[in-house]
Amino acid sequence: MSDSATQRRSVVVEREISHPPEKLWRALTQPHLIAEWLMKNDFQPVVGHSFNLSGDWGGVLDCKVLAIEPNKTLSYTWNFAHDDAAYNLQSVVTFTLTPTRAGTHLRMEQSGFRPDQKQAYGGAHAGWRQFFANLEQVLARTE
Amino acid sequence: MTNAHDMLFRTLADPTRRAIFERLCRQGEQTVGALTAQSGVSQPAVSKHLGVLRQAGLVRDRHQGRQTHYSAQLNALAPLLDWTSEMAGFWESRFDDLEDLLKRMDQ
Repeated sequence: MSDSATQRRSVVVEREISHPPEKLWRALTQPHLIAEWLMKNDFQPVVGHSFNLSGDWGGVLDCKVLAIEPNKTLSYTWNFAHDDAAYNLQSVVTFTLTPTRAGTHLRMEQSGFRPDQKQAYGGAHAGWRQFFANLEQVLARTE
Repeated sequence: MTNAHDMLFRTLADPTRRAIFERLCRQGEQTVGALTAQSGVSQPAVSKHLGVLRQAGLVRDRHQGRQTHYSAQLNALAPLLDWTSEMAGFWESRFDDLEDLLKRMDQ
């Protein structure tokens, strides 16, 4: 399984938001608002600013602002360090806002590197539930 | 699909074997006798399935007196657990909260 050691993957989640980009931008960049939907933080909208996102589960993510274009793009690193390398996650999260007639198209891409895919942080149960669903699908396809 | 995937899927493709594995996952460590009582197949058949599961690294056996206790090894499923699918679920639920927040910001 040495090939998985260098695998880079990304996840994209998109949503149509019925609010204008300017308002969505505030929710993405003001610390007290970020805390309401994502995690507690000491974010500042300054390229190069290092900050932490603190999860309810006790984990702390190390982040650094990479790019900012007001009302359009926000990008920061999203790293989770763990003594066991298998739990590490080094990734970059990029939010892209595109105005639409009804509001904003929000696109989030997280691209990352994981030395091993043992377990995502705090997500063992979700992964486990998903496993059986995935298994059923794969089995259905192979039959 | 890697060889690791093939091995896991082949091992779990048998419904009886999968049922035994699921029971170990849900109920924790069990003896062959306890598993046989719930499986609807003979004890030798259960033992054979456990042997295949053990070869795939999906179960571990522990001897205590005359009894052998089997437990599920969830780490063996690691090749199937992709962090991206977990993160997708994470972001979907965060965006639900984001939309709630945006509604409140209107007021």
